[in-house]
Amino acid sequence: MRLAIERLAVERGGRPLFSGLSFTLGPGELLVVEGRNGAGKSSLLRAIAGLLHPSEGTITIQSEAIAGRTAPQPEQGPAGPLCHYLGHLDALKPTLSLARNLRLWRHVEGAPDMTIETALEMVGLDGLGSLPAAWLSAGQKRRAALARLLLVRRPLWLLDEPTAALDIAGEALLGGLIVRHLSAGGVAIVATHQPLPIPASTTLMLGAPQR
Amino acid sequence: MTLFLALVRQTIRAAFGQGGGAFTGLLFYFSVVATLPFAIGPDPATLSRIAPAMLWLGALLATLFGLDRLFQDDRDDGGLDLLVLSGLPLSLVVLAKSLGHLVATGVPLLLGAPLFGLMLGLDAGAIGWNVAALALGLPALTFIGAIGAALMVPLRRGGLLVAVLILPFTVPVLIFGVAAAGAETSQPMLLLSALSLAATVLGPAAGAAALAAALD
Repeated sequence: MRLAIERLAVERGGRPLFSGLSFTLGPGELLVVEGRNGAGKSSLLRAIAGLLHPSEGTITIQSEAIAGRTAPQPEQGPAGPLCHYLGHLDALKPTLSLARNLRLWRHVEGAPDMTIETALEMVGLDGLGSLPAAWLSAGQKRRAALARLLLVRRPLWLLDEPTAALDIAGEALLGGLIVRHLSAGGVAIVATHQPLPIPASTTLMLGAPQR
Repeated sequence: MTLFLALVRQTIRAAFGQGGGAFTGLLFYFSVVATLPFAIGPDPATLSRIAPAMLWLGALLATLFGLDRLFQDDRDDGGLDLLVLSGLPLSLVVLAKSLGHLVATGVPLLLGAPLFGLMLGLDAGAIGWNVAALALGLPALTFIGAIGAALMVPLRRGGLLVAVLILPFTVPVLIFGVAAAGAETSQPMLLLSALSLAATVLGPAAGAAALAAALD
């Protein structure tokens, strides 16, 4: 998996957030995006995912070769179903049980990876699958959102403030999940204020430095 | 395909869950029909004459009131973003959500309608025609409504606005629906089916365009 961003510019409501942004990421690389509030960290992730149209620039993605076949040609355009996007919201239906909530996301495009039980175990929510999502704490909901990343394999992870509401053990767990993803040849872009428990390959500072 | 079916199932399940609102429509429907005789008077001849119109009006409003949450809930909890990235074309997302809504709210309405017809003094034959007409017309109401629900996604508090926006476009369904329930010929029924089929095709396409425009 290779991701190349060239001269990317994003504006919100006519106000430019950033422009001329270029970087490339190869297999196993982690990019940490930092910057003050409103610098455009979330917008950058949403633009790469395809949830927001950049005003300028190109996104090029070359997904990995699959078992003996040559790697497909690089394709221009947002990541779409090639990425896992973890936003500020946890996308859990409060009345449905945790396992039912996750069941839907096992069918999305991508190679199936883990069963729901294993994924819940990985994020430390084992035994809670039958609980309605409304009963979970903020941190547990965040862990459930992390479990969703494990159900189906997608080469690009776009994580927006993934440590929000997580406890210390949760942060370590997140670090472990990212390392696992990277060592399988994946690419991750994490927008965060908190220092991550794992070293970044590259750090990107968006916007003017904090005053 | 499995994602499509899973999404239909999840929509139905969420609607029947606590606070999901599948039965709220039925309750609303019941309230309209049950209070009518107090306003019109208990004369069975009058009631049975206006019964098809009341059954349709009640079903129309009950269907439209639930619709504003169709995409709003997913927008609010972040699920809509994930559905956009799921790999399922957006029009199929709209189709699946609408089908789920149709099953979750339409089936209770269809089950309630015979009882409500009885309350309004309809005879067995007329009840059968009314329920058949409702069954043929509800898809049209739902899929036309889905366009409105998708258009209202950027407005955080769409609410009643969806019903008001969609109401004029559902008037043909209402006209042919009431006509089908009382007609001796099959033409209104055929036109009603045509409306439903056209809405099933156009609704998801138009709804997907509205959702895509709402993304930014």
